[in-house]
Amino acid sequence: MAEFRLPKNSKISKGNHHKADGATNTTTFKVYRWSPDDDQNPRTDTYDVDMDTCGPMVLDALIKIKDEMDATLTFRRSCREGICGSCAMNINGTNTLACTASIKKLKGKTISIYPLPHMEVIKDLVPDLTHFYAQYASIRPWMQTDSVPLPDKERLQSIEDREKLDGLYECILCACCQTSCPSYWWNGDRYLGPAVLLQAYRWLADSRDEYTGERLEDLEDPFKVYRCHTIMNCANTCPKGLNPGKAIGEIKKMIAERHAL
Amino acid sequence: MTQAYKITEHKFDAIVVGAGGAGLRATMGLATKGLSTACITKVFPTRSHTVAAQGGMSASLGNMGEDNWRWHMYDTIKGSDWLGDQDAIEYMCREAVPSVIELEHYGVPFSRTEDGKIYQRPFGGMTTNFGEGTAQRTCAAADRTGHAILHTLYQQSLQYDASFFIEYFAIDLVMENGECKGVLAWNLADGTLHLFRGQAVILATGGYGRAYFSCTSAHTCTGDGNAMVLRAGLPLQDMEFVQFHPTGIYGAGCLITEGVRGEGGILRNSKGERFMERYAPNAKDLASRDVVSRSMTIEVREGRGVGAEGDHIHLHLEHLGADVINKRLPGIAESAEIFAGVDVSKEPIPVIPTVHYNMGGIPTNYHGEVVYKDGDNPDKVVPGLFAIGEAACVSVHGANRLGSNSLLDLIVFGRAVANRCGDIIKPGAKHSELPKDALDASLDRLDKTRYAQGDIKTAELRLEMQKIMQNNAAVFRTGEVLQEGCEKIAATAAKIDNVHVSDTSMVWNTDLVETLELQNLMGQAKVTMFSAENRKESRGAHAREDFPDRDDDQWMKHTLAYLDEGGQVNFDYRPVHMYTLSDECEVIPPKPRVY
Repeated sequence: MAEFRLPKNSKISKGNHHKADGATNTTTFKVYRWSPDDDQNPRTDTYDVDMDTCGPMVLDALIKIKDEMDATLTFRRSCREGICGSCAMNINGTNTLACTASIKKLKGKTISIYPLPHMEVIKDLVPDLTHFYAQYASIRPWMQTDSVPLPDKERLQSIEDREKLDGLYECILCACCQTSCPSYWWNGDRYLGPAVLLQAYRWLADSRDEYTGERLEDLEDPFKVYRCHTIMNCANTCPKGLNPGKAIGEIKKMIAERHAL
Repeated sequence: MTQAYKITEHKFDAIVVGAGGAGLRATMGLATKGLSTACITKVFPTRSHTVAAQGGMSASLGNMGEDNWRWHMYDTIKGSDWLGDQDAIEYMCREAVPSVIELEHYGVPFSRTEDGKIYQRPFGGMTTNFGEGTAQRTCAAADRTGHAILHTLYQQSLQYDASFFIEYFAIDLVMENGECKGVLAWNLADGTLHLFRGQAVILATGGYGRAYFSCTSAHTCTGDGNAMVLRAGLPLQDMEFVQFHPTGIYGAGCLITEGVRGEGGILRNSKGERFMERYAPNAKDLASRDVVSRSMTIEVREGRGVGAEGDHIHLHLEHLGADVINKRLPGIAESAEIFAGVDVSKEPIPVIPTVHYNMGGIPTNYHGEVVYKDGDNPDKVVPGLFAIGEAACVSVHGANRLGSNSLLDLIVFGRAVANRCGDIIKPGAKHSELPKDALDASLDRLDKTRYAQGDIKTAELRLEMQKIMQNNAAVFRTGEVLQEGCEKIAATAAKIDNVHVSDTSMVWNTDLVETLELQNLMGQAKVTMFSAENRKESRGAHAREDFPDRDDDQWMKHTLAYLDEGGQVNFDYRPVHMYTLSDECEVIPPKPRVY
């Protein structure tokens, strides 16, 4: 008989409650915690944060917790302005960047924070993105050409051709879309996932790249592209407002057109 | 101590520390030269702070009107307030054109002109014909140029045979008899320690904006390389020169690119005046950053600031129209909406001068070789040690950097250092034996910090330092305030051994990382404050109210600041290079700096 119960160590226990003594205007943050150093199960710690002395974003609250309440809380962060992609996490059930997620706009008095779903956790809110990065490298995300441009002249590109890259090149590799995709949860070993496919299309769409055929050839595989079932969680969750699902549709179209030739 | 921590040794020809624009460009160049290369970085490469650069990268391509690298050179020297080394500035401005073309060939998605060339916009201090007209010299990918360049460089680097060690925190340089032999680093993912041996160690570790309370810099901008150099007993140069960007978002501190003003944006005070007309009649809102930041500060001081507290300024771009905003400035429209709640097509952005860039750093020559003053030789090279990017002080920016010269600096000197290493390093050369105690001091510091059980939280001490820097080393400075700043920062720095670290794990211990970063910041904060107190003149970003004029007789020289083991700051000086590399351009002699 198949075993349908979850393994014991996957059960999330209730953790510590850190109160904000004396504060009257608080928001409660329930934060996933797990350390590789002991054999403890993961837990959710609860922090009551004084909103009168906290910045407007979820990242501000996490930093306040780390600075003032619990220095052991572990998460990635860097630019704090939505461009580096470090602080991607699951906030109230949605993958997004903590630095651009306004606390006020999140409904309810309690905000739940978990690491990006379906990734191995290294510690607390830090997921292991090694496989994601390897998949990104696998699509050869650099300009490939056979023609050699003059060393002192740029390749020309029309304004219209350049516009085809808008909505693609802005990706910050935060992995919010990638880890929101049920197909990726299921087949993440072989399905490239929305973020990687968005970048694959970024190079297919670049008028300067000369390896369109090779790129399409490489993508044509039952798993790499075709595990996308247009669920569109990717477009809904992208903190930069990009639409990976649409890009994947364009790839499928290019593959089909290539066969129709 | 070496017994307690197991250390894995790696041998390479070259070690790059940092994977921003400069580090990645160097890594690619070194790999191309056939040198075995490791790039160690504390964040995944595309998270480096180059990603946040917006406006562009300067190069006299002349795509939007006549241009000449000599005009760019003149502007950069004037922008530097004659503290820049003219040989290095000549090198950078000449190399700008091939550097930007190279990036285009790599695939950077630059915005385009009607005829398909790289789009270029006006930027502060960038002129034609030696100060006469406005140059369109700044090559842009909308207002996400740093992002476009950094991602492209990372993508390119995937093709090359270089080894990346990602989320490794560099702890110290390994020095022996004045030569650099490698780097000690900590792998956050599994908690192990690693000794990277290299014939060349290239520091591309960025600036230390986080020494201040309010900055455009990322949380990770802690100048780790600068601090490693100070600990190695070597000097940092011109640390008193800290650039305040005129337009950080009021409150949040996030950057709003100078490209906004390049595209026609205007600063106005509470009376609605375009006040820059008074301070810089020719360049107006496109005067160089130090000039605009001072003008804004004066407006606020004299009661013409905007907002409930009258403490900031408005940046207007409503008049630019939807097309310019959507095509040229989409990123700042998004940032202004998120961080200031402003619809830029309808309302102005509240802005305030905000710490942005460190002109000072590790002194180098234009090859990226780290130098110091040895007796009569002001340009003595430290064997095995190099620095590039914001961490370095070549010095191409002198007392004030021009906007869009930073992305340029990263690429030009990333290339230059790779070329230099290619010339002087033999691939596969044998590494010398290190003495047994070579790592002891570094491991001892790591271990003590890991188990530090003092009375002060890391974050609390960091805040104390940041507030002192913000208050006592600001846009305008006086002797009195700086002396008070020196006393305060010395007292705060003395508390560093009394911090408390709660997390003792070696795996992703960000409590320990932040404490090591605070140690790094503290040394730099201290030399910055002391260097500022020491320089008794006004030049570029260093504006002394008690010494309002530039004093070329006494002070046209680089400050070298050493921090000894007792915490004492000691000074020495290097002359400014008032000569060019070639006879294809003239030395620009000092003259009054007006815009």
